[in-house]
Amino acid sequence: MLEHDVLVVGAGLAGMQAALHAARQGASVAILTKVHPVRSHSNAAQGGINAAMEEDDPWEDHAYDTVKGSDYLGDQDAIEVLCSEAPETIIELEHMGVIFNRGSRGQIDMRAFGGQARKRTCYIADITGQVLLHVIYEQLMKAGTTVYEEWFVTSLVRQNDAVCGVVAMDLRSGELHLIKAKAVVLCTGGAGRVYEPSSNALICTGDGYAQAYRVGAPLMDMEMVQYHPTTLPGNGALMTEGARGEGAFLINADGERFMQRYAPNMMELASRDVVSRAEQTEINEGRDINGCVLLDVRHLDRNIILQKLSQIRELGLEYEGVDIIEEPCPVRPGMHYMMGGIKTDIEGATFVKGLYSAGEAACVSVHGGNRLGANSLLDTLVFGKRAGTSAVLYADAISTPEIPESRLQQDQELINGILARDGESGERAAELRLTMGQTMHQDVGVFRNQRGLEKAKNIVAELKERCQNVGVDDKGKVFNTDLLFALEVGLMLDVAEAIVASALFRTESRGAHYRTDYPDRNDDDWLKHTLVYARLSGRAGDGGPRLEALPVTITQWQPARRTY
Amino acid sequence: MQFKLNVRRYDPEAESPAPYWREYEVDVPANATVLDCLIHIREYVDGTLAVRCSCRSAICGSCMMRVNGQARLACATKATDMQESSEAITVEPGGNMPVIKDLIVDMDVFWNKIRQVKPWLEPVQPVPEREYLVPNETILDLTVAMNCIMCGACVSDCTSLEVDKNFIGPAALAKAYRFVDDPRDEARQERLEELSDYGGVYDCTHCFFCVEVCPKGVAPLERIVEIRERAQSAGVTNNAGTRHAVAFEGIIRDSGILDEPMLLLKSIGMNPVEQLKNVPGGVRLLRAGKLPLASGPFHHKIPGHGNVQRLFEKVEAAQEA
Repeated sequence: MLEHDVLVVGAGLAGMQAALHAARQGASVAILTKVHPVRSHSNAAQGGINAAMEEDDPWEDHAYDTVKGSDYLGDQDAIEVLCSEAPETIIELEHMGVIFNRGSRGQIDMRAFGGQARKRTCYIADITGQVLLHVIYEQLMKAGTTVYEEWFVTSLVRQNDAVCGVVAMDLRSGELHLIKAKAVVLCTGGAGRVYEPSSNALICTGDGYAQAYRVGAPLMDMEMVQYHPTTLPGNGALMTEGARGEGAFLINADGERFMQRYAPNMMELASRDVVSRAEQTEINEGRDINGCVLLDVRHLDRNIILQKLSQIRELGLEYEGVDIIEEPCPVRPGMHYMMGGIKTDIEGATFVKGLYSAGEAACVSVHGGNRLGANSLLDTLVFGKRAGTSAVLYADAISTPEIPESRLQQDQELINGILARDGESGERAAELRLTMGQTMHQDVGVFRNQRGLEKAKNIVAELKERCQNVGVDDKGKVFNTDLLFALEVGLMLDVAEAIVASALFRTESRGAHYRTDYPDRNDDDWLKHTLVYARLSGRAGDGGPRLEALPVTITQWQPARRTY
Repeated sequence: MQFKLNVRRYDPEAESPAPYWREYEVDVPANATVLDCLIHIREYVDGTLAVRCSCRSAICGSCMMRVNGQARLACATKATDMQESSEAITVEPGGNMPVIKDLIVDMDVFWNKIRQVKPWLEPVQPVPEREYLVPNETILDLTVAMNCIMCGACVSDCTSLEVDKNFIGPAALAKAYRFVDDPRDEARQERLEELSDYGGVYDCTHCFFCVEVCPKGVAPLERIVEIRERAQSAGVTNNAGTRHAVAFEGIIRDSGILDEPMLLLKSIGMNPVEQLKNVPGGVRLLRAGKLPLASGPFHHKIPGHGNVQRLFEKVEAAQEA
């Protein structure tokens, strides 16, 4: 049987960082990932990574901007960790070989990003995530860490109230394996595919959320779903906030810079939730251009566009046929990021022993109701390191678990069941996902209300029923991507259920969660996190998820009215 | 809009596995990419089709494959641009790597070559307390190489790799350039020596395919040429590649015509063992009539070769100016 002290699931920035730091403690560490590490979605982060690097910029200012950006839902102890450890994280990356863009003295340069009072974003053109991901992978190659590449976790193994391994499929052979691990670290990223459209990659299916939820770990603030203000209408691809950081305008059908009516001080660089709501309001009130507003960089210096925004210029050309140097590009708010996730403490520990998490999969919570642009890369690295390190401490203190080989059987039976139905007689996974995605976008998007959420809840419940009967065309073992997708859709439906339940629970508007039936922030009742637990099978209850509230940790910044 | 795709399929679990072609017709939006078409097939027509894909925006590098005979990212290739007259769009797995299933290739070959160039920074000591100070121009140059997403398009269509599996290949050499060009790297000299050795920068035949197919403008060939230039200016000249280049230039300058046997002797250098190793090749050339024995194995100067020398002098003068 395969066996490790620490098994990290997912090989984006958080996962590789966790593995590297766990390995430095001398533990036996492996990473398991459903795609090759450099295919991970950390690649897609374009604009940069925040850190208070300059002498006249205390980290507390970065923390304040983050707290305010979170609409006071972020836990301030966690935000203090995030921001105070940011500068050393950047230096560590630079020493590893990350090629940050430089200022006149050769020092790391800063660019402006949304929701922040000053320039604080380190960057490499508009390929920051890609460079970070590739450089961390260089370190992983150097360390010679074991990688189960193109493997997929079908379930977490929980015994005696602790997670002690996984059942996983080697996609290349199609074989199921049991992997024993004293600690499992979930760094499985977000769940963009639960929505249609989304800026996220096809692999972002929220596997970790659902796997944790299924073994009883609560998910926190799942209603906080970030819509990015500038995604392309065609395929949902992201146009970096860095464009607005460099001075881009947002204009409506009347040619008006409409942000002056919503955020007169910060204008286009207000927080993402604020800008997305403003855009959606313009669109809903008819000042749109085919359901979009326009991102305009024509007034920027051509060389700035070519050097600092070259990738989004390519994206505009490729997917919209628009050269941003010559004409404005249509954009609209698009589902982009999950602020919520598997509830962890600041060491990455979840509520279930042996189970850790970091990155977008986790909710520490540093982003609260709304994440600031360029804080996500930072989150993956700061808390990836902590999760990896604390997983080793835990693993060192316990003995190797015993898991019966027969544990494989229940997963094998689930798979055999799917293989026994074909795409004709069974349900088609693609249809289930599309219905789910469109429902979530329509009723659990930028604006929400009780009626729409109840509707979404019923549709998701019905889709979960239908998913019991999902079938596949491919009956083979080798790279059965048909089967993989069917399994992913099952996981995504659990994530959708958790999001809808949490959105129904929070009867106020805060950050990205805007209820038209409860349009105000309500600190008296709702300065709280939502925790959602799955009803584990075999236990009493109505079958739906169970919700709880958890107080927000406040250290030095008292909640105040939030304007930009 | 309707598109016809002819997809090269391969099922390793078939009774006697062999590649075959299967034609699909899809109805998708007019601005659909080839990947959109393949996903449509997989989701609604034939779930057995295996393809790697993820980001849909040309950053993850998963969906490299040959479309109409050339390596491309399916997600960055518009179906309309590939639809020539009524012919179906042909879709095949990438080349120079073994096929596992349908459009999925085994990329171990690719990654082993990347690992061969020790693709991590060896930091210049002592490591500063803060960041290393680096001019932004250097960063902009490095960004070109860092743009590489490891999709394997250049490796798929590399003509040198097709005949010489030992060649490190365009992607790994572009990756190596990223360290050779990085002032924070301490192993520069060692890298230049290894990269100038057998299988390295001199094994590229300048076919330019890697430049043509790279979806990210990395232009591996240009990086390869830059490594050569850096190696030669760093005094890394004791290798067949440099000797070949120097001999090539010298022979042309002296006689105005390329003298292949002389070029071979000079490239190998004064090493009798290596020279003996090339005897069988020489015999094969002789048999194929490619050594003009009538005029002796070595060429004579062409008439008016002084003009060739003057051309050299003009170029050198222009370079100095």
